[in-house]
Amino acid sequence: MCLAIPAEVTELLPDGMARVSLDGVGKVVSVALVEDVAVGDYVVIHVGYALTKIDPEEARHTLALLAELAAAPAEGVP
Amino acid sequence: MKYVNEYRDGRLARSLAETITRIADPAKHYHFMEFCGGHTHAISRYGIEDLLPANVRMIHGPGCPVCVLPVGRIDAAIALAERPEVTLCTYGDLMRVPGSHGTSLLRAKAAGADIRMVYSTLDAIGIAEAEPERQVVFFAIGFETTTPPTALAIRLAAQKKLSNFSVFCNHVLTPSAIQNILESPDVRSLGTVRIDGFIGPAHVSTVIGTEPYNFFAEEFAKPVVVAGFEPLDVMQAILMLIAQVNDGRHEVENQYVRAVTPGGNARAKAEVAEIFELRKSFEWRGLGMVPYSGLRLKEAYAAFDAERRFGIDYVPARDNPACECGAILRGVKKPVDCKLFGTVCTPETPMGSCMVSAEGACAAHWTYGRFRDHARRKAS
Repeated sequence: MCLAIPAEVTELLPDGMARVSLDGVGKVVSVALVEDVAVGDYVVIHVGYALTKIDPEEARHTLALLAELAAAPAEGVP
Repeated sequence: MKYVNEYRDGRLARSLAETITRIADPAKHYHFMEFCGGHTHAISRYGIEDLLPANVRMIHGPGCPVCVLPVGRIDAAIALAERPEVTLCTYGDLMRVPGSHGTSLLRAKAAGADIRMVYSTLDAIGIAEAEPERQVVFFAIGFETTTPPTALAIRLAAQKKLSNFSVFCNHVLTPSAIQNILESPDVRSLGTVRIDGFIGPAHVSTVIGTEPYNFFAEEFAKPVVVAGFEPLDVMQAILMLIAQVNDGRHEVENQYVRAVTPGGNARAKAEVAEIFELRKSFEWRGLGMVPYSGLRLKEAYAAFDAERRFGIDYVPARDNPACECGAILRGVKKPVDCKLFGTVCTPETPMGSCMVSAEGACAAHWTYGRFRDHARRKAS
């Protein structure tokens, strides 16, 4: 029930709808709950609705932090 | 898949596991509850438990909305669907949830009730528009992730003046359930489990943000780390929780910064506030009656409330007496502690709700964990 997937917005449609691509598979979902959605944004899709946008900068930052944590000595952990 | 595969890197996971083992104090035992079924699923599917040292234990909490829906609500939905004028629309997960006396929505459908699985609330609106002679009822369940889509559907139905659409509302609130786990009187009868910190829900938090958890961190002195659903997200959250316990801190931290902000999704929260209000109490499977934990439609939207339209009187019903879902949802027992697990209760023939949804503790253990049990037994 809680599983949701990140998908790329490929086309904005009327009435708060958008076409998204999930790894190449197209689907029409509602983006009415998220502000300022643009083509190229990644959104988290749940039961046919976008719940939030994914911040690409924060996503990169998390990956960098994970790599750092994996290599860090004990005292380096936040 | 972008924003998915990068967070499933096995090599990085093994290095993170080594870091966790290094910082976990061998003299201490760490008990963390993952509240959300999505985390339970990730922990089982990716074998995260196998990567953790023996003194770090994950406890599966009541964060699967299908699992916490009480039998009486399923019975009420079946009774509604059996009315000749009603078309009941619902998410697929709910179809096999057991009601009383071996019933389920799937069985009611096989017996002739008009029950349709929908992917989205908008599909239910579409059915109501296409079939004006039918009374279309959306059987709404879920935490804060599914509530805004239900709110939007109700507002849309009001705009379109749909007189044949209504919602049987069973939406529940995450913070109330966490509070109940920590302080409910039921703890005395079911027993309790030590919890040193929580992994906060991923997608629920995209809507409500991280702020609602501040109360637990302060009031109950428990650290909370909101985390994403990929395996590396969960492992980083475990590392952050261990660091907090080691430091004697109890703060709310956000691992899932790429999708969750402190305030959450203001637009979604406004939709929910416009349509719904708190119920004084709501029954949860495994947690009993939890005060101010469920939502109902506001008076202004009463015309779309299926409970009022069809005069649904809630009658609590008993779980199968041998079913341990209640104790499993509280983290007091493990799936293998239930004598029904893997015997009469499997994902094909679930006896209790924990076995129904892929995110339920029993279904996750059946699918990914039972072979590990066998290997452990063999080794010992």
